[in-house]
Amino acid sequence: MNINLTIIGQLISFSIFVFLCMKYVWPPVMAALRERQEKIAQSLADAEQGAQRREEAEQEVNTMLQDAKAQAAEIVAQAQKRSNEIVEESKNTARKEGERLMASAQADIEQEVVSARETLRKQVSSIAVQGAGKILGTEVNADAHAKVLDDLVGQL
Amino acid sequence: MASEGELTQTGYIQHHLQNLVFGNHPENGWSIAHGSEEAAAMGFWAIHLDSMFWSIGLGLLFLWLFKKAADNATAGVPGKLQNFVELIVEFVDTNVRETFHGKSDVVAPLALTIFVWVFLMNLMDLIPVDWIPHASTLIGIPYMKIVPSTDVNVTLGLSFGVFALMIYYSLTIKGPVGFFKELAFQPFNSPNILVQALFVPINLLLEGVALIAKPISLALRLFGNMYAGELIFILIALLPWALQWTLSVPWALFHILVITLQAFIFMMLTIVYMSMSHEAH
Repeated sequence: MNINLTIIGQLISFSIFVFLCMKYVWPPVMAALRERQEKIAQSLADAEQGAQRREEAEQEVNTMLQDAKAQAAEIVAQAQKRSNEIVEESKNTARKEGERLMASAQADIEQEVVSARETLRKQVSSIAVQGAGKILGTEVNADAHAKVLDDLVGQL
Repeated sequence: MASEGELTQTGYIQHHLQNLVFGNHPENGWSIAHGSEEAAAMGFWAIHLDSMFWSIGLGLLFLWLFKKAADNATAGVPGKLQNFVELIVEFVDTNVRETFHGKSDVVAPLALTIFVWVFLMNLMDLIPVDWIPHASTLIGIPYMKIVPSTDVNVTLGLSFGVFALMIYYSLTIKGPVGFFKELAFQPFNSPNILVQALFVPINLLLEGVALIAKPISLALRLFGNMYAGELIFILIALLPWALQWTLSVPWALFHILVITLQAFIFMMLTIVYMSMSHEAH
């Protein structure tokens, strides 16, 4: 355990090592550490901001969805109303058409009846003349009894 | 026979505690000392080649390893080496920040260098005591003490370096007057000028001793712990080889704690001393 030059040697190497460490080791490692710290802090802040934005977007989507639903319901209600109207309208039209058709059919029938009566009237006089001729056994002059025949026809 | 056995045992221990000394012997001139008497005769003008070799080698290992990590340091995902280095750097940085409140570019790298370097020097204690000395003897080197921190010169060299920085910062930051006041007007002071004049020499004596005691205690604490640990390893190595592990393994496990703790204490005290020399009371 002698005290000797080794102290000086150790002192010199110690100073050199501290100097080299101060110059070449400490600053880059600390710089990297600090840079990473900032990076992580930035990333965390970004993540938080992202989460906040997502929440906002979600809320926006929700309101939009509700709006759309309300709109859809309104449209459906309107459509229902309109369709009811259309149905009602077409019912009316159909009824009117039916009535019109019925009226025209009635008119046709009446026309038919009138013409049939007319035909019948024309034939009645000749049938009556022929029938009277056969009963009397003589020719009956239709012109002579035109007044009677007209009466007969008129009764129909 | 017993005395012969004792002799070889003593010789074994002495051999293991002898440094490889190169110095100016009064008779042989500049040469390597053979035995402790020759080493003692060389006086101050001698150097422990083994201590210097291992301490510088370990210092270079530290610098190389940390420089490699520092060169590749990125803010991205760190590699394994970078992670390890950053862990240590952050540990040292935290301790410096908590204890040292001044602003200095020197203190943190100083603390890092001391912590890692002293730890590496202490770590050599865990290499089985016979391996490297025996291998050295085989290649013709008579003595080889591989744990630099069991050499009081090495620990004193470190603590004197710290002491020099303490004095330097005290003088530059507090100024010579401020530094003198700190030494002269504490711990006793009085508003009465006459009484104060009486107190000044007492204060100077007390504070001077306290100041000198700092580097000495710093060096001797590390040296004493490591020397004792090394000695116990050597004593364990005297046991029959089949029994050695029963003691050397527990002692080595315990010693892992000791070497880390001693490196940490050396670093912390250095930071505390630096802090004291940066702050006026």
